[in-house]
Amino acid sequence: MNERYDVVVVGAGPAGSVAAWHAAIGGAKVLLLEKDRDIGPPVRCAEGVAADSLKLVVEPDKSFIQNEIEGLRLYAPNGQMVPLISDDRGYILNRKVFDWYLAQLAAKAGADVRTKAYVNGLLFEDGHVAGVTFQSLGKTFRVHSKIVIGADGVESRVGRWAGLRTQLKLKDIETCVQFTLGNIEVDRRYCDFYFSRNLAPGGYVWVFPKGDGTANVGLGISGLEAQKLGRSPISYLRDFVEQKFPGAPVITTTIGGVPVAKTLKRIVTSGLMLVGDAARQVNPVSGGGIVSGMIAGKIAGQIAAEAVRAGDTSEKFLKRYEKEWHKAEGRNHEIFYRVKEAIHRFTDDELNAIASSFLELPEGERTLVNLFKIALKQKPSLILDVFAIFKDQAKSAMRASV
Amino acid sequence: MILVREDLCDFCGVCVSVCPPDCIELREAEIRIDHEACTECKLCVYVCPVETLEYVETSHERAV
Ligand SMILES: Cc1cc2nc3c(=O)[nH]c(=O)nc-3n(C[C@H](O)[C@H](O)[C@H](O)COP(=O)(O)OP(=O)(O)OC[C@H]3O[C@@H](n4cnc5c(N)ncnc54)[C@H](O)[C@@H]3O)c2cc1C
Ligand code: SF4
Ligand code: SF4
Repeated sequence: MNERYDVVVVGAGPAGSVAAWHAAIGGAKVLLLEKDRDIGPPVRCAEGVAADSLKLVVEPDKSFIQNEIEGLRLYAPNGQMVPLISDDRGYILNRKVFDWYLAQLAAKAGADVRTKAYVNGLLFEDGHVAGVTFQSLGKTFRVHSKIVIGADGVESRVGRWAGLRTQLKLKDIETCVQFTLGNIEVDRRYCDFYFSRNLAPGGYVWVFPKGDGTANVGLGISGLEAQKLGRSPISYLRDFVEQKFPGAPVITTTIGGVPVAKTLKRIVTSGLMLVGDAARQVNPVSGGGIVSGMIAGKIAGQIAAEAVRAGDTSEKFLKRYEKEWHKAEGRNHEIFYRVKEAIHRFTDDELNAIASSFLELPEGERTLVNLFKIALKQKPSLILDVFAIFKDQAKSAMRASV
Repeated sequence: MILVREDLCDFCGVCVSVCPPDCIELREAEIRIDHEACTECKLCVYVCPVETLEYVETSHERAV
């Protein structure tokens, strides 16, 4: 194989497949490369998305939806339950099917797809990214392309090879473990979140019901806390499960990391664009990155195709993607990033106090936005500026990026 | 040097995301550390979710 493509996409997660799909729709000749033997597994994800935001990119299909969620319930460190009201619905996806479905959309739009294709370097021409090298089944291949889209997930090495700074700080990575537990009693209508320094320092525990008596039960802790405390998330998760679901069968164990950072300062350079976790396009508060990565993938795929048509794949042209991304989501993520930092600084007592004041609100006013307002009042010194921006942006932001 | 307990590794890439010199090579089910390039900063050890990585003091000669 020594072919030429307009666009090569590295990584067939949601961000990469959607980028490949939209680049192909835009008329580009596209190759999607995935290092694993299959697209979908291994699933490193709790599989929760907001229904409305998913619809911005793909029509929900029953093949990949395992459960519908009516609401979120937060648990304060003292065990107090805080139900949130919202008009938004959520889904628990089946990502094995979902990721495969998205790659299939790319293929149907004309993209070539290759699995067991490990990309190990970039090609350059006059300082411009001009393709990739990859290894597959014992052979090394060189593929020339006008644009490379790096969608290689949390590792994000493709960007580094072109000089973009993708390395995460410890405070900006959540290190996570999840068990899928079988045969447990959970209310399938709600996603539950537990906050406490004892349960998950610098993070939270989630229980996402899959609707068939199983649930994704996992937690993330901040890399900084892991360093300080010398403890790993797996030891915390074992404790939580022992307490909450003693003896439950562990059907699957999943591990992974979530980049809870702001979007990278630079996500394009000549001939290269980064999307999804690779560009750190995750909501830093929730750690949700499926839909935001897909939104980025859609914009990047469209602009890549435009660039190919215009015969201009310079950094200047590709910066349109950066701009569009910031308008769509990136700016909200900056606000959420500050909120995340504030949340991590709350003590368990402060979180309990916030929960109590919130529960004094009439039921109809117990929204996420009001919860944040109360939280911010607790520590005005930290985030007055966030509060100001928050008031008008929060509503639309929350809707688009859970 | 950093030792990998391959039986524990799940190839999730968290260590790769924090490694300053980008000296960890990760494939579908294979992980390799370039001990020449490794600065022994131990960031990877702290973030590995399942305690796969271990730092052991060795003279550099023994490490390679
Ligand atoms: C435990 C956990 C729970 C989570 N829960 C949620 C949740 O409930 N909701 C939510 O929205 N988000 C969640 N996330 C985050 C979400 O999983 C990610 O944000 C999302 O998968 C990012 O999509 P992506 O396409 O950018 O990257 P990925 O899905 O990681 O895909 C990257 C792909 O690139 C491939 N690749 C990497 N390097 C190479 C290479 N060199 N050559 C070829 N291929 C390569 C990988 O094999 C992979 O398939 C969770 C994450 C974790 C770890
Ligand atoms: S973080 Fe741990 S489990 Fe994940 S790839 Fe690195 S060594 Fe393996
Ligand atoms: S110790 Fe530091 S340099 Fe060495 S592999 Fe780990 S993160 Fe990379």
